[in-house]
Amino acid sequence: MTTEKALEGYFMLKGGVFQDAGAASKELKDALSSVGAPTQNIRRAAVAAFEAEMNVIIHAVAGSLSYVIKDGEVRITVTDMGPGIPDIDLAMKEGYTTAPKWAKDMGWGGGLGLPNIKRNCDNLKIDTKVGEGTTLDIVVKLHDDDEASGG
Amino acid sequence: MKVGELIKNMKADVKVVGDLEKDVTGCYVSDLLSDVLANSKEGELWITHQSHPNVVAVASVRGLSGVVITGNREIEPETIKKAESEQVSIITSGGTTFEIVGAVYNLLKQ
Repeated sequence: MTTEKALEGYFMLKGGVFQDAGAASKELKDALSSVGAPTQNIRRAAVAAFEAEMNVIIHAVAGSLSYVIKDGEVRITVTDMGPGIPDIDLAMKEGYTTAPKWAKDMGWGGGLGLPNIKRNCDNLKIDTKVGEGTTLDIVVKLHDDDEASGG
Repeated sequence: MKVGELIKNMKADVKVVGDLEKDVTGCYVSDLLSDVLANSKEGELWITHQSHPNVVAVASVRGLSGVVITGNREIEPETIKKAESEQVSIITSGGTTFEIVGAVYNLLKQ
């Protein structure tokens, strides 16, 4: 599937403001539907985006999520202002979490966020600096062929 | 079985009428939202103790057929509003999670 014109979206995310979490993922899901992406790929992108949104809301003061759908893939960029991830390997470990109690009480903070993102994308790049912030660069392919990445 | 039909046969209150024509393909029971995001399948009915607005967003992103909130609790107005706008059925029941899951299991096996 190739999209000639890029479809884009941008969302501000504020730490602790969970009420609207999922709004970016929902819009991304609708945008991907509108370009006729396969259901499975849409779901993967939406799950990755949702977890990334929650990570910012749970851990950071503020941040943003943007997406660009172009050339048969969607690129989701999520960037925040701190606190940064001291140990990425540990953060990628299923079950490891530094989420606060309020997030855990809501059923988040199970240490599944980054592992879920990784499992639901084709390429994940994490740039992080403690005290400054984190940027996730997430790519999900919109081809249905090979089912290369499972999911 | 359609959601509407399933609800009719359960001891439950419908708080938000979403798409009652959705097929219930199964059931997913979890209070951990990331778990539901990762592992639930389209069309499943989600049974949970959580009642905050993120529940609706998760159900919507996963294409779940509805949400049963257990423990006879008051649903937050924000959750109701969001569910109405996203057409996600919200059902409450006074039974324990065990009883509700049992009832849904029996109905789906019929």
